[in-house]
Amino acid sequence: MDLLIKGGKVIDPYNEFAETADILIKEGKIQAIEKGIEADVPSYDASGKLVLPAFIDLHSHLREPGQEYKEDLTTGALAGVAGGFCALFTMPNTSPPLHGKSQIAYILRKAENLPLYVFPIGALTVDMKGETLAPIGELAEAGVKALSDDGMPIQNSGLLRNALLYAKMFGLIVMLHCEDKSLSEGGVANEGFTATRLGLRVMPKSAEEIGVARAIILSLETGCRVHICHISTKNSLELIRWGKKMGAPITCEVTPHHLVLTEESLEGYDTRAKCNPPLRTEEDRKALIEGLLDGTIDCIATDHAPHSREEWDVEFDLAPFGISGLETAFPLLYTKLVEEGGFPLDLLVEKFTSAPAKIMGLNLGSLKIGEEANLTIIGTEPLKVDVESFHSKGKNNPFDGWTLKGFPLLTICKGKIAYERGNSL
Amino acid sequence: MKHLIGLEHLSKEDIISLVELGMRYRDWLEGEYRESKQSLSLLKGKRICLLFYEPSTRTRHSFELAGRLLGGEVASFSLAVSSVQKGESFKDTLLTLESMGFDIFVIRHSISGACLYATRVLQRAGVVNAGDGMHEHPSQTLLDLLTIKQAKGTIENLKIAIIGDILHSRVARSAIFALKKLNWEIRLCAPPTLFPKDIERFGVKIFYKIDEAINDVDVIYMLRIQRERQKEQFFPSIEEYSRLFSLTHSLLSLAPKAIVMHPGPVNRGVEIEGIVVDGEKSLILEQVRNGVAVRMAILHSLLGDK
Repeated sequence: MDLLIKGGKVIDPYNEFAETADILIKEGKIQAIEKGIEADVPSYDASGKLVLPAFIDLHSHLREPGQEYKEDLTTGALAGVAGGFCALFTMPNTSPPLHGKSQIAYILRKAENLPLYVFPIGALTVDMKGETLAPIGELAEAGVKALSDDGMPIQNSGLLRNALLYAKMFGLIVMLHCEDKSLSEGGVANEGFTATRLGLRVMPKSAEEIGVARAIILSLETGCRVHICHISTKNSLELIRWGKKMGAPITCEVTPHHLVLTEESLEGYDTRAKCNPPLRTEEDRKALIEGLLDGTIDCIATDHAPHSREEWDVEFDLAPFGISGLETAFPLLYTKLVEEGGFPLDLLVEKFTSAPAKIMGLNLGSLKIGEEANLTIIGTEPLKVDVESFHSKGKNNPFDGWTLKGFPLLTICKGKIAYERGNSL
Repeated sequence: MKHLIGLEHLSKEDIISLVELGMRYRDWLEGEYRESKQSLSLLKGKRICLLFYEPSTRTRHSFELAGRLLGGEVASFSLAVSSVQKGESFKDTLLTLESMGFDIFVIRHSISGACLYATRVLQRAGVVNAGDGMHEHPSQTLLDLLTIKQAKGTIENLKIAIIGDILHSRVARSAIFALKKLNWEIRLCAPPTLFPKDIERFGVKIFYKIDEAINDVDVIYMLRIQRERQKEQFFPSIEEYSRLFSLTHSLLSLAPKAIVMHPGPVNRGVEIEGIVVDGEKSLILEQVRNGVAVRMAILHSLLGDK
């Protein structure tokens, strides 16, 4: 694939590059990034648009194997490239869970033919039941970079400590959804005024914060790399500040929805805004933005959690947690944080690209001469979100109908055009 | 008004006019109807569906009676909440019954927000909330206001103490929403484990001692305490709860002008002493009597004149 991308604003935080330039791609590889390139290849007019390294999501639920009615690798990958992503880490809560080499091999084999990179995350325990360690060595040999029991966190701290000690031997990163279930079981919303008004059972902040404190302390004690998933409270952030100061080998992520919405989005019992951790308060939301600015939060991850309409179009308590977010992640934050909030664009791009690449040690998330092209061209025209046009099977997205800017127009992955807005490939 | 989902989003004027219409039906029940035993024909040809996903006696029977006294056709279903996988979903049940021609659904459901959800599912029919999870129970508060109006002559600017399981109570939420609009002083009393977070943002006062809470109030409103709450360890024992929060006869002297109310069913000797239930201050049976009148007013407002 040869392409000359002309006149776009190129932002590549990894190389501290941010200026208007042309990018020449030949045979799928970036040949040059400079002004005024002339070449006898097809060209794309990117003037007035952003040209960014394609994004990396450390936290997606692609649902294969076993839950293809919610999403499959193909639709998940299409949603990914439509959202500007070139790499998705997929969580192991499938049926069966990704807890052995056969499931990992299945994902990796299918991923070869997908338009983007998929990295399976192995389960930490068998069936993600938090009782018996998964075959961690086998998973490492099968090629996983990270382990997680995601939404079913190990409640037994002794078992978690052993899991961390053991995973460290293979250099694996353990991704922890931090939640003390004894505090949050049965809850469907943040403990706050909205839940009080609506009469919803609650998930207090302490459930997350105690989990975060435990993760940090065990990371400090074991030396295992721990990545703390989707933090949502001000105090979780304070704990992570403390952990980093103490030298714990920890990183953390935040989701787009926790950066934009608060518990008030549950007004009207909107199951599309039901997520775990729950949407918190304005004070928390502001603190999370602050945490991105000061570097406490390492990266943005979508927690893309597609569900079928039959599952979420029900009474509030019966709906599953999660937001189908790959296709709105960047536009949402570009619009709400950068355009409306004055957040630095290059920092936002970093949190979607080089920052997650660094956490997982990937040679992705930047524009390097001589390397395979993985980039996305972003338009700045306002568009209305319409979940019916999503590539994802999951239409559970609370931003349906919002007008946002910053949608990908063209995504190049693995050196090929993987997505072009308006053209199905 | 097409639906009655809660009192939070009703205006003060709407609340007052529903209570006043309830008063007129109360008079009709005590007067004309007692003499003639002739039902009305206001809702002739209207089909009312009672859809109850939780057990109920007084709410269900009084809605049924109210519908019949207004001349409507009433059908009643008791169902269990089922997830999508097993049994028919709530959504499909609503759509199925609506296609049978029901004009209004009176719904009790164990999940907060279920009645609002029903309004989004139904194409044409109205919805009355007969209690949804821990959210609202608007007809209860309206019948309570009718009872207060009879006893006190007004439903504005009074002082109430609501005692008991505020956290899980839809009755407490509806009462707070309505009474704030009517400019009441609202005192809530319970152990801290049974208060939801930030409840004081409603502009209510929090008490942990019943004697302080009821001091000089106009209405003492007792909530039923479920025995399961002890198993869930919201308090050490029913006995201790009762010792600290039960309304006893001797406490009544602290609120000489107060009437005593309870949405029922009462646990005699648990949250309220038996002699208080039966005592002269108690309007508990009056509340039940007013249930029919208020529910006639609700059905009239949503279905009549249309």
